[in-house]
Parts: sequence; structure tokens; C-alpha cells
Amino acid sequence: MIAFWILAVIMLGSAIWCISASKPVYSVVALLLHFAALAAMYLTLNAEFLAVIQLIVYSGAILILFLFVIALLSSGVASFSVGPNRLPRIAIPAIVLIALALGFFTYAMGHAGAVVPAAQAGSPLGPVGTADVFGSVNDFGKALFTSYLLPFEITALLLMVAVIGVILLAGDHAPYVATRKHAAEVRREMREAILREGRQ
Amino acid sequence: MSQMMAVPVSYYVGLSAVIFFIGVAGVLVRRNPLIMLMSIELMFNAANLLFMAFARAWLHNAGHIFAFLVITVAAAEAAIGLAIVVTVFRSAKHVDVDDVALMKG
Repeated sequence: MIAFWILAVIMLGSAIWCISASKPVYSVVALLLHFAALAAMYLTLNAEFLAVIQLIVYSGAILILFLFVIALLSSGVASFSVGPNRLPRIAIPAIVLIALALGFFTYAMGHAGAVVPAAQAGSPLGPVGTADVFGSVNDFGKALFTSYLLPFEITALLLMVAVIGVILLAGDHAPYVATRKHAAEVRREMREAILREGRQ
Repeated sequence: MSQMMAVPVSYYVGLSAVIFFIGVAGVLVRRNPLIMLMSIELMFNAANLLFMAFARAWLHNAGHIFAFLVITVAAAEAAIGLAIVVTVFRSAKHVDVDDVALMKG
């Protein structure tokens, strides 16, 4: 219970820090803190494999990807780090207050009559880290490769589509134009190039 | 450890709702596409926390499997989203989501 409240406070604070930080790098640091606290909370929920996956995939892969993009894009561009927001910054505390009210509402609704049925899975509950208990790698892998094999295989397809999409989008020959102004520029340059070719 | 969990599930539901709406606030308020993507990650993680909490409450590991799939989808989403950000930035030299309106017609 104490661990839950400590981790919940860390997660809420780092989430608010993440969306209100002025620079994207601070947001990444806040998100790292958030994910670490979330992995610890997974451990308290007997999900040891998912806690490790959370640390490796999120903190190790996705956040590093964000950091790479920030390092790639922010060199010499001032408008990247600070920009105007769509709503005034006062909207952040307002929405956080609404979210808190919603959280208390859900809490109250949850206490109206929550009936949690008895255990259904065969694996017993034991301390985190022992084999053959609920949430262990053994238990998880057995379920993933028997009952849920089809979603797992579809995941492989999804990842391959993502890889191909990224190569197409960010490759050297990307034919994408972002804004209308830039599209007009590109069109004018192409027309001039065609005219130049015709004159020669 | 064999008794029921000390923290009620509704606490996790409330915490997850708050974090989810903090993510919604990030997407709505900020115009930096990177922070918008990070807010989307916050929302994914709020949903994952619910999967974990209910898997633990029912002692059924389908929640773990689905959280695993959500993590995979989030990784693919982050890769694609960052590739789009890099592409837009490369052609427009600034990152502001309101200026990227070529497909608006």
C-alpha cells in the first residue's frame, strides 16, 4: 500500500512534468522517471516479465529513439525547442484538475460494488522471482506461445510493416512535402528545372 | 503473498484515469509533435497499468499478454511517428503540427 502511494505520486508528478516541460529533453527525462516508477509498480503487481520488458523496450528503445530525434533535429533551430502552444498554458492545470476529479469518481464507482472472482488460472500466486507462479516468465511464455500464438504472429507482421514504413518515410528519397508553401516552392523549382532543360 | 492484493483495483483505475487524461492534456495543449508523441506514450502506459491491475486481480495472465502486445504496438507507433516528424522537419525546417496541413485540402 505504501509502495503504491509512493509510486503513484512519482508517476503523477513525472507525467505532469512531462507535458509541461519547456524543452523536449526535459520531457524525455520525466518520461524516463515515469516508466521506471511504472516498472516498479508492475513488480508490485506480480508482473516481473512485463516490468523487465517495460524497462528494456520503453526506457531502452523508445526513449533513446526520442533522444536521437531530439539530438538530430534541435541542432541550430530555435523554433524547435520553444514554440507557442495551442491552448494557453493554464489549460494544463485545468485538465489535471479535471483528471483528478475523474480519478476520484472512478475510485468511488469502484467502491460501489466490486466483486473480484476467485483465481481462474492454474498458476498459483507466489513471491516475485520464483518459477511457475503467476506472472513469471514461465507462466507468461506458456500462455504466449499456446493460447495467444496468433496475436503474437500478427505482432511480427505489424513490426515488419512498421520497419518498411519507416524506411519509406525517412529514407533518402523521401518525396514528402509538408506544407503548402513548401509544396509551391517544390513545384516552382521543378517547373524552372524543366524550362532550363528545354532551353538547352 | 497468497492473500488478496492489499491495494484495491479501484485505486489503480483512478490512477490510470488520471494519467490517461494528463496524456490527453499533453496532446491537446502542446504543439511540439515530440511532446505529443510522448503524451500518447503516457496514454498507452495508463492502459497497460489497467491491464496489469486487472490481470493481478483476476489472477489471469491474458492481461499480461495484451499489455505485451500494446507495448509492441507502441514501439511501432513511436518509430513511425518519429519518422514522420523527421520527414516533415527535413522538408519544412520547423516542427509545428498546425503548419502541416497539406492533406487538409
